[in-house]
Parts: sequence; structure tokens; C-alpha cells
Amino acid sequence: MELLMAIIIGILFMCATYLILSKSILRIIIGTGLLSHGVHLLVLTMGGLKGGAAPLLGQHATSYTDPLPQALILTAIVISFGVTSFLLVLAYRTYQELGTDNLEKLRGKKHD
Amino acid sequence: MTNLILFPILIPLFTGIILIFFHKRIHLQRGISLLSIFSSLYVTFIMIHTIKEEGIQTVNLGNWEAPFGITIVSDMLSALLVLTTNIVALCCVFFSFRGLDKEREESYYYPIVQFLLVGVTGAFSTGDIFNLFVFFEVMLMSSYVLLVIGNSKIQLRETVKYIIVNVVASGLFVITVAYLYSVVGTLNMAHISERISELNQPGILTVIAVLFLIVFGLKGAIFPLFFWLPGSYYAAPIPILALFGALLTKVGVYSITRTYSLFFYEDTYAFTLLAILSLITIVLGVIGALAYNDLKKIIIYNIITAIGVILFAVSVFNETSLNGAIFYLLHDMIVKGALFLLIGIMIYLTGTSNLNSMSGLMKRYPFLAWIFFIAVISLAGIPPLSGFVGKLLIIQGGFLDKNYLGSFIVVMSSLLVLLSGIKIFVKGFWGDESPNLTEEKRKINIQLLPCILLITLSVLIGLGSEVMYSYISIAAETLLHPENYIHAVLKE
Repeated sequence: MELLMAIIIGILFMCATYLILSKSILRIIIGTGLLSHGVHLLVLTMGGLKGGAAPLLGQHATSYTDPLPQALILTAIVISFGVTSFLLVLAYRTYQELGTDNLEKLRGKKHD
Repeated sequence: MTNLILFPILIPLFTGIILIFFHKRIHLQRGISLLSIFSSLYVTFIMIHTIKEEGIQTVNLGNWEAPFGITIVSDMLSALLVLTTNIVALCCVFFSFRGLDKEREESYYYPIVQFLLVGVTGAFSTGDIFNLFVFFEVMLMSSYVLLVIGNSKIQLRETVKYIIVNVVASGLFVITVAYLYSVVGTLNMAHISERISELNQPGILTVIAVLFLIVFGLKGAIFPLFFWLPGSYYAAPIPILALFGALLTKVGVYSITRTYSLFFYEDTYAFTLLAILSLITIVLGVIGALAYNDLKKIIIYNIITAIGVILFAVSVFNETSLNGAIFYLLHDMIVKGALFLLIGIMIYLTGTSNLNSMSGLMKRYPFLAWIFFIAVISLAGIPPLSGFVGKLLIIQGGFLDKNYLGSFIVVMSSLLVLLSGIKIFVKGFWGDESPNLTEEKRKINIQLLPCILLITLSVLIGLGSEVMYSYISIAAETLLHPENYIHAVLKE
């Protein structure tokens, strides 16, 4: 199971890298989205994917899954939500002010 | 009081929250901001005294035993950095009373500076690796907003790039934490250190060490990861640039120092890599500083050089070089803050940051000129001033380690840094008065005050290095002997 997850996360990172290296801002933002998905899945996988009950004491199971990575992912998810929404609004403002979404054209003058 | 070390984080946090409610009332905002920074300073002084008397201070949040909860740890290094952070922040906030336009001041500038301080002081004093990530994000989020505040075209453009770089760096940070967690199974830094020393350095730990170097190197701008810094910092208004230049990259440097001294101290491969990268950073930094004829660009490239010097000292890792590294780190935060504020005044007076179109400032503003001169020779490390002691110890440490090439590069870099600073002094202050100076003499007393404070401190650190040394040697002691840190946190 961990091997399968590792390969899928690798593919996610590959797509993210490819998208981040493109010219359009929106494709880059989609790339950062895929990157953070890959990161969160990686944290889950690295915590171990052994069977066990959901970490709720009411379940009275003999073994539970590791609760720590889930808390870390939850934190990382909201942080990346915050950053992504800021980045999206920033991209919108940049498009309004500068009239382009092409990062190649976002260079400015030489001594600006 | 046991919760004392939390106050430098909590005071700016609550001040920031309170300041959000009346962002249009500038005078109140200014007053409360200054008051909050002064009280943080007061608490930090008490903290440093306590740490000197009683050793490393720790607080377990929520009374959970050490490896299971989040522990806030304040050793001498953290406390000194928190102190310097607050001093620089005080000067930058004071400078922005005149140095920042009213529109920006009204757009939540002061609350966000407070949140930036929460992030920076939190990152300096946390004892948990994931909590470090969270404080990094607090700091970065505030820095995104500060960079784009006022949304001029250049700021929008550079903030997009800055955010994308940092989002990728944060992703890498979480990946690294995930790998480390799967190897050692804990997040508390002292506990990680203990587990790592039981593992006898398998190859995966070297990989993690290099990943940490990449992550913190992206935040701290070392070669080859500094590419984002010159463009992004160039866009920020002067007081914000001074805050960034003095604080943000130093958090990356501190994190490299902390992780390498606590986790990977047996890993010679990682330390060699750090040494090579830091030396190339120094060389590229001075090349950049000499290449440009732009005030901001010159000082920005000097940040990169200084980071290289500090990290070279960390990579040598003996007592002398670590003392030097801490000395130089504190000195550099203060002097970089002062230099950015001083060139801010020069840009205000001439209306340009291009060196070729300014000259003769000395005739009307002699005081500014001499303050700037002292700042430059302190940056280069001329004996009575603060830069000297740090660099002397770093070079001495390099020679003790038989790293002659490294020490030679550090010495040569001082010369070229001096050249780049003196270039500003000669072209900007000497010669005939340039036509773009305004007719009447502009009043710059209020902006000069924070610069004078920082330069005085720099001189005092240089003259009173004996006093400073007694504190800094305690800080270096903890870096050299991680068992003290582990013992203080895990109470074994």
C-alpha cells in the first residue's frame, strides 16, 4: 500500500513541478495545489498505513491509526488554503493592474 | 515566573489583534505598537538575565510532558535573537512614522508588523519541528502582505514570484518533516536529537540533513537558492525592506544552525556541503554588491554575503567559530537594519536610488554622511566596531580547523564589502551637489533617530565586546553540547 501511495505521490509531484515551470500564473497556482495535495498525502503515508480504527476513543478498538500525522495534515491544509486564496486574489489583482498573466512578461523594465 | 519566555510571542500577538480594530487611527496605532515593542524588550531583558543565572528555560504548553506536547525552549541564542529582533523592529516602526506614506500606514501596516514579530520570535524560541513550520508560515504570511501593501505595479509583480518560491519551500519543509517523522517517530526537537544519536547515522539522515539545508536555504538565501531575493526585496518600501533584510533571512540561518547543531552534528558530509555552499554564497554576494550602481541592490547583495559568512562559521563548528557566528549574526541584524534605513533617507532626499544621479549630500547633511560612514566601516569589520570581533573569531576558527581557503575568502570578502559600501559613500556624499537635490534643506531628524540608535548599539557592541562575550559564550556552549539542550527539555 505504501509503495502504491509513494508512486502516486511521485506522479503528483511530477505534475506539480511541470505546471509550476509553465508561464501562465493560473497553471502555476494549479501546480501549487497539486504540490500541497502530494505533500499532505506524503505525510499520511509516512505516518504508516497499517490497519486500525479511526482515532476516536469511542470505537473501543484494539489498535488505532496514528493520530499525529492527521493533525499535522489538518494544520498544513488550512495553511495552504490561506496561502492559496491570497495567491489567487493576488493573481487577480496583478492581472487587473498589469494586464497579463504571463510570467515571462512580468519582468518589468531593466532598472525599475 | 515560568511563563516568562512566552511573553515575547504573546505580547505582539495580542497587540496585533487589538490593532486590527481601529486601523484608520494612525496615532493610536503608532503609540500602541511602540508600547508593545518596549514591553517585549523589557521582558526579553529579564529573560536573558534568568537564562544567564539559571540556564535554559522551557515551558511545556498545556502541562503535557516534554516529548508529547509542544515545548517552547529559550536558550541564550534564542533570547539574544529575540532581543535583537525587537530592537530592529522598534527602529523600523519608528522610521515608518515618516518613512511610509499615510495610505500604507492605514492599510493594517502596524498589525501586520506585529504578526511578523510573532512569527519571527516564535520561530526563534520553539522546540518542536512542526511548530517551527507553523511559525514560519505566520512570518511568511505577514511578509507576503507587507511586501504587497500599497499594491504598486512592481510590488504586485515581485510578490507573485516571492509567494510561489515560498509555497514550494513550505511544501518541501512539510515533506522533510514527514520523512524525519517516519525515521524517528517524534517531532520534539530534543527528542529527535536523542533518537538520531541512537541510530548511528544511516544514509537517510544525511538525505534529510540536505533536505533541511535546501528548505532553510530557500528561506535564508544561500547559493544556489538566493535567486528570488534581489528582485523581491527590491520591491518593498524602505522600512519594510529593513525589517525583511534584518530579520527574515536570519530566521533561515538560525534554523540551519539549530538543526545542524542539534540533529546532524555527526554528519560530516552535510557540514562539508554547507561549507562549500556558504563560501560560494560569499563570493556571489560580493560580486553582486560590486556589480550594481543602485543603493538598494548593493545592500541587498551584502545580506547574501553576510549569510555566507555566518554559515561558513557554523560549518566549521568549533567553539571559536560558533562564538564568531553568533556575534556576527547579532551584529549583522543591527547593521543591516541601520544601512537600509540610511539609504532610505538618501533615497528620500534625492528621489532616486541610482548612485550615478546623486552626489554631494555631505554639504547639506554632514551628520547623515558620518553616520553612514560608521555603518559602512562597521559592516566591513574595522576594529573598534561590532563587525570586527565576529569576523575575527570566524577567521580564527577557520584557521584552527585548518580551513585556510575558507578563512581567506572571508577576509577578502570584507575588503570587497568595504569597497561596495565606500562606493556609495564616495559617489553619494562627495563631489558637487547634484541638481535633483531639493532647494531647501529637508528635515530628516526623526528618520535619523532610529539609525543613530542602531549605530550607537553597533559601536557599543564593538567597544563592550567583553560584556557581550560572556553572554554569547553561553549561547555557543548550548550549540556545541546538544546534551544540555536535551537535558533541559526532557528533564532526565
